[in-house]
Amino acid sequence: MYEIRIHGRGGQGAVMAGGILATAMVHEGHYVVAVPSFGFERRGAPVASFLRMDTREIRQMTNIYRPDCVLCIDPTVGRAVNVFDGMRDNGTWLQTTAKPLAELQVPDQVTTVGLCDAVTHALDIFKRPITNTLMLGAFAKTTGLVSLDSLRAALEDSDFRDAGLKQNLLALERGFNETVVHIIEKKVAA
Amino acid sequence: MSAVLKSKPKAIVCDGNEAAAWAVTLARVDMVAVYPITPQSSLVEYLAKFVADGKLNAEIIDVEGEHSVLSVLHGGTLAGARTYTGTCGPGLAFMFEPYLRTPGLRMPMVMSIVTRDTLTPQSVWGGHQDAMSVREVGWIQMYCETVQEVLDTTIMGYKVAEHRDVMLPVNVCHDGNYLSYGATRVELPTQEEVDAFLPPPATNWHAALDPDRPMAVDPLTGGAGGPGPSMFVRYRKGQCSGMQNSLAVIEAAHEDWARIVGRRHAPLVESYRMDDAETALVTLGSMTGAGKDAVDEARDRGERVGLVKVKTYRPFPVQAIAKALSGVKAVGVVDRSVSFGWNSGPLYQDVIGALQFATQRPAAMSFIGGLAGADITTDHFGRVIERTQALAKDGQVGETVWLNEKD
Repeated sequence: MYEIRIHGRGGQGAVMAGGILATAMVHEGHYVVAVPSFGFERRGAPVASFLRMDTREIRQMTNIYRPDCVLCIDPTVGRAVNVFDGMRDNGTWLQTTAKPLAELQVPDQVTTVGLCDAVTHALDIFKRPITNTLMLGAFAKTTGLVSLDSLRAALEDSDFRDAGLKQNLLALERGFNETVVHIIEKKVAA
Repeated sequence: MSAVLKSKPKAIVCDGNEAAAWAVTLARVDMVAVYPITPQSSLVEYLAKFVADGKLNAEIIDVEGEHSVLSVLHGGTLAGARTYTGTCGPGLAFMFEPYLRTPGLRMPMVMSIVTRDTLTPQSVWGGHQDAMSVREVGWIQMYCETVQEVLDTTIMGYKVAEHRDVMLPVNVCHDGNYLSYGATRVELPTQEEVDAFLPPPATNWHAALDPDRPMAVDPLTGGAGGPGPSMFVRYRKGQCSGMQNSLAVIEAAHEDWARIVGRRHAPLVESYRMDDAETALVTLGSMTGAGKDAVDEARDRGERVGLVKVKTYRPFPVQAIAKALSGVKAVGVVDRSVSFGWNSGPLYQDVIGALQFATQRPAAMSFIGGLAGADITTDHFGRVIERTQALAKDGQVGETVWLNEKD
């Protein structure tokens, strides 16, 4: 079982990102459960979405407390909540940021980091900071757990139409291409 | 989401609210009346979308409140329509007067309760308190464990409700938040399969609104003189018989569903790893998945633990529960709601009542968790197992345990 926790803010599409990712993973033959967190339904509030993926049926319909992967689609949500809470060792962190790795504090559990300046790209594509599909591209690039083709198919099967679909397909591809992946060597105690 | 996967046309990824809307569509419901309320709102939105898309050929009536939702559907049902609605929490409370009348009028409708904890404290999150507050009103109530079960049970609900030996309304309960918004892979049955399973509604023209044959429905009945008392008793006894008859009808409907659609769900109770179990958990709704995982962990440690899931809660499957739990030493009943009268969970009361009929009666304790959207995880179930195992050893029934008290 692989557990992903998506952090964002209300209005950015964290829940929808979970749904699109779930559809793409099911498309590839996986079992998936996507459960959104239930905060207050207002724009700007920190929100989370939980996604489990496995090769066999998943029975737990619960939140995620020990994620293998943390996907942050907002640059500042990490100031409001501890996005690394309960994270497993050898974890993967995906972050929307304009900063290089050297300016970020990477916790000990994280060994793979995928960075993408999704806000800048979103402002270019959508004229609004909607980062969810960009960061799904970043997720595909960094983890290799889902293909870009399956994500494209999931977007095409969603409620997006016409110009909106075109923009999101572009965002997906841009997120994939513009993400820098860093593998962090674990310091071994002498 | 509503994403139909192109490679496998029968599989979709959707949440429980969308699954219920698909069920309504496949059941060829004629009439839907709605008033949105969290966490049911997206269910209503899906229904409106399906009608607008031409998928669902039903009259959808937007009314000014839940009291009118059910009153409007009474008219539709009495005119022979297959009807549906969904609600929860405060909406259910506002609906209470026509809700009370529905089973007495023997109306075969299906209504989802997207379960929500009741006010107050102010809360918009899931919990079984709303459905539990109406457990003795005379509706059949089935609780779902998975999104798939929401879809399948909502369709099966019509087969149960419309059966001549039943003729009662059915609540399909799916957990607010965890099932209403939780999305999984779901197998969509074909329209042909559902048509083969569920024939068009057989209207009870004995008590139906027919302009060519005007009749009074539900005249004043009862009182202390004349034919009143015995007539009222016959109505009540008939209603109770319908409830009891539904147990066999629910089993038959699940069997038909398995035969035609190829998917089998336990109709009344499901026994999970109960062979040789010394300790048993009893669960209701979406918490069951985490409960089964916790049972697997205990079994891996060599502990003799099993789980009994209650699917049909009203009528309560007394004999099935007594049989499933006979022989175990201790039972831990996990409720997602409260019985204020007993300072325990309501399912706990039902279970200890049913254990009166067990050949060997185990000790039982009440656990309450998952109120107002709180999570019940495998760790919580681990604590339930530990405490119930202690009960199996010493037989000392302790106070009700509140699982999320120190979360």
